[in-house]
Amino acid sequence: MTQLLLFNVTNGLIIGAFYVLMALGLSLILNLSNVINFAHGGFLVIGGYIAYAITPYLGFWGALLLAPPLTAVIGLVVERALIRPLYGRDPLYSLLLTFGLAFMIEDGTRFIWGPQGKPVTIPAFLAQPLSNDLFFITGYRLFMVAVVMVAVTLLFLLLRYTRLGIRIRAGTLDLETVAALGINVQMLRSLNFAVGIFLAGLSGVLAAGQLGLEPTMGTGLLMPSFIAIIVGGIGSLPGTLVGGLLIGVASGLTAVFLPAASEAVIYVMMAVVLLLRPRGLFGEEGMMS
Amino acid sequence: MISQTFSAKITRRTLVKGVAALGAFQVASPFIIQARGETPIRIGMVDPLTGVYAAPAGNEVMGARLAVDQINAKGGILGRQVELLVEDSANDVGTGVQKARKLIERDQVNFMIGDVNSGIAAAIAQVTNEKKILHIVSGGHTDSITGKDCKWNVFRVCNTTRMEANSVSSVLYSKYGKKWHFITPDYAFGHTLYDACTEDLKKLGGTVTGNELTPLGTTDFSAYLIKARAANPDVMILLVQGSDMINCLKQVVQFGLNKQIHVAGTQQELESLAGLPPEARIGVWMFEWYWKQPGVPGVDKFVADVRKVNKGNVPTARHWFGYVSAMSFALVANQEKALDAVKLAAALENFELPDDVKLQPNKVYYRKGDHQLMTSAFVGEAQSKGKDDPEDLYRVDEVVPGDKTAPTVGETGCTVQWPA
Amino acid sequence: MSAEQIRKLIVLAAIWIILILAPYWMVPLGGYTALATRVLVLGLAAMSVNFLLGFTGVLSFGHAAYFGLGAYGTGLTLKFLAPSTPLALVAGMLLGGVCGAILGTLIVRRRGVYFAMVTIAFGQVFYYIAFQWSSLTGGDDGLRGFSRQPIDFGLFKLDILSDANTFYFFVLFCFALAVGAMGFILRSPFGRTMIAIRENERRSRFLGIPVERHIWIAFTLSCFFMGFAGALYALVNNFADPRGLHYSQSGDFVMMAVMGGMRSFWGPLLGAAVFVILQDYLSSITVNWMSFVGLLFVLVVLFFPRGLLGVFRRSKA
Repeated sequence: MTQLLLFNVTNGLIIGAFYVLMALGLSLILNLSNVINFAHGGFLVIGGYIAYAITPYLGFWGALLLAPPLTAVIGLVVERALIRPLYGRDPLYSLLLTFGLAFMIEDGTRFIWGPQGKPVTIPAFLAQPLSNDLFFITGYRLFMVAVVMVAVTLLFLLLRYTRLGIRIRAGTLDLETVAALGINVQMLRSLNFAVGIFLAGLSGVLAAGQLGLEPTMGTGLLMPSFIAIIVGGIGSLPGTLVGGLLIGVASGLTAVFLPAASEAVIYVMMAVVLLLRPRGLFGEEGMMS
Repeated sequence: MISQTFSAKITRRTLVKGVAALGAFQVASPFIIQARGETPIRIGMVDPLTGVYAAPAGNEVMGARLAVDQINAKGGILGRQVELLVEDSANDVGTGVQKARKLIERDQVNFMIGDVNSGIAAAIAQVTNEKKILHIVSGGHTDSITGKDCKWNVFRVCNTTRMEANSVSSVLYSKYGKKWHFITPDYAFGHTLYDACTEDLKKLGGTVTGNELTPLGTTDFSAYLIKARAANPDVMILLVQGSDMINCLKQVVQFGLNKQIHVAGTQQELESLAGLPPEARIGVWMFEWYWKQPGVPGVDKFVADVRKVNKGNVPTARHWFGYVSAMSFALVANQEKALDAVKLAAALENFELPDDVKLQPNKVYYRKGDHQLMTSAFVGEAQSKGKDDPEDLYRVDEVVPGDKTAPTVGETGCTVQWPA
Repeated sequence: MSAEQIRKLIVLAAIWIILILAPYWMVPLGGYTALATRVLVLGLAAMSVNFLLGFTGVLSFGHAAYFGLGAYGTGLTLKFLAPSTPLALVAGMLLGGVCGAILGTLIVRRRGVYFAMVTIAFGQVFYYIAFQWSSLTGGDDGLRGFSRQPIDFGLFKLDILSDANTFYFFVLFCFALAVGAMGFILRSPFGRTMIAIRENERRSRFLGIPVERHIWIAFTLSCFFMGFAGALYALVNNFADPRGLHYSQSGDFVMMAVMGGMRSFWGPLLGAAVFVILQDYLSSITVNWMSFVGLLFVLVVLFFPRGLLGVFRRSKA
């Protein structure tokens, strides 16, 4: 029993790590620009398909390196053309727009690549489990966790030590003052969005290796990301990190005792957090209220 | 003064509205049904062309289209040309029911095909039954359609879950062992499949080591696979379908579980195998129809015809479902020289499909008692790559006739009620 | 009466005439009665969302949950309790409304983006319950085995089951009841307060208005209307399924309200008509209708945020 528990907690952490990657991107965009990006799952899918398209020429590693920045470029274009006009307006509009965008992305990928799932192969040496007992820890899943850890570290380094990062953080707290200081807020928002989409694209490449690559892939991953943000606290990136891991572990643990409830438990967690500590675990009072 | 501004506004507004109305009329006029001239025979088809079932649905439509083309080339139904009107149910019941009503009330279809989604198929069956339209369910598997919810106007082509379970159970038991662990998708299809399999297993004398109910759309099966592994079964039965199947099998192989436990299941589809990386194409399954059947009459021609419209790809069972559905209407209508639904439904009972439609070795017919097509089960094993053909991803070991896999009519719980 | 009031009466009369005569003018244009019925029901849902969104200024993006709950309430009543359509309608409305009331207490303190996210998440909880509790709700296969029952008035029977036109008029009648109630509330002092809150929440608070309580009441009322719309929807389909609770359904309703014009009473109905008919038409002629609908969302948000009626209004000014 303890072994089963341990397995599932570890497994939950691995799943949680993946949620963290998605949720962080979503959180970045939400915090600075007040935009709920319903199309985040769509960008994940785009990342996966771009990787699929590049792999025959550049291999798995080439795809891993190139697909996220290419997705981020698409994100930049989308932000400039579609989302920028909506800043300052009621958040309703950006929500509706990204919602419609998600439709277009799903249909677009289906149109280009067909509804049929695409087979994605990962390098053979990664497709091995660590051992017979620890079979669920495959090289690929460890690799995913490693990539997530690297990405998260780089993100935090970016936010803490680079000018862009500092500006983003400042902008999250008080965008007006940042603008008054003469900083190009438009550019800031664009770059912030691009970073968020980069993370979505990276999630897509990783997900394609693990799941089947098809146009509806992103929809099931959007909700857990939302919940990770709510549980961790809107406005707090460390909160999102913890939130993602928490819901991953909770989900994994519940699967041992009550598999049918393993998805429900994350909603229950959210409800509990909202009741007891509405700002989330790490959220700041007054943020987004 | 008020009336002046009032009328001035009306004039400009009215002009705009008039132009808009004219434009709308232009757009709408193709729908105004021609009262005179030869009206074609219309077959309505409702399938989820968008959403998670888009791939099998698209293939069913392709198969039906091919059938309609062939029917028309041979003179149509009762000398009239046949039109296939396809509507997208978008995997939503409300939409499916609405489209069915649209096809029946507005487009006056004579026949109906649909849906891949069992729930939508059942809901549409209620509508077709109400409106007395002959309806063939091409790809929805839930047992109740030819079971306790069977209707005089509804027939089904694809297997029931009972048939699927019965076809593989004895093979798996004798080949692999008696302790089975199940990964079951948590919806009606999964539950009935599980019940059918466990019943067979118990009759054979085996044991169920456990059942993992996985929510539809589960992406990560590791928790369930951990439990399955811990239960130490001989065989792991994967009942999941579509993307769930792809995810699950990928993870099973990545975890190396297939080296420790035999992997098998019931229904498997070429669409899923094609979506898997080659190393994950493993396991013993049943197919509802397979394209590589050397020596069986009509198959090569069908495969060649489908390749022409399917970007060179071979047909899957789904193509065959759509093809058979449309063909059945034509065959029975031309045989009876009538279009009346009650008459044709009676004629379809015990109707045997000819070689160039059944495209398999055994006798294939619509059973009278429950309107279920007695189609064969192609039991075999997945292979990562064919010897001669890159699309030959399945090795057929046995083709079991439908009336051997199907439960008796009494067991299905179906009693067909004919209209007074 | 002033010219303004005369104009309003004429518009109102025109709307009702169009609605009453719908089965007759739709068919020659290539429509069908079931489509009109669907427009009415979804239009009512959009108007219920707008009750909260357009008139109180509160963005709930998970409102379809109460719509879906209404559908299930009706279906379960017809299936397990009694074959009575009026009872089923009331049950559905109550289920949607009461759940909304309870949930409302949890979320009224939040606003803006946070509120939207929380309503989405809570909506998904209900979706999830409907999906998982398959022994009661039928799960993914949906709730089946019930149908709208003919209504016996003693003197005559209203066969809403087999006659599409009769059913349309029945739905129109229910629609009129709901819309009348909505209009009445909006014209009342309570309704005026809602608009005040929408315009400037802080000032409303300074004026001594208990803002949270008002928002909760508005939320609850809109959930009752949603539940009623959902109940009617179950009768339209003779079916209830989890997809009616999903946030994508919520998105559709909000889009209908925005497209028609959030600041107007009838706007959402117009938006619903355009949306439903467009989707119906497009999905028949192309498999890629989703792209077009998504494009429509994007275009409306970018260029017509005031909606269709907003465009007409502006052209007058």
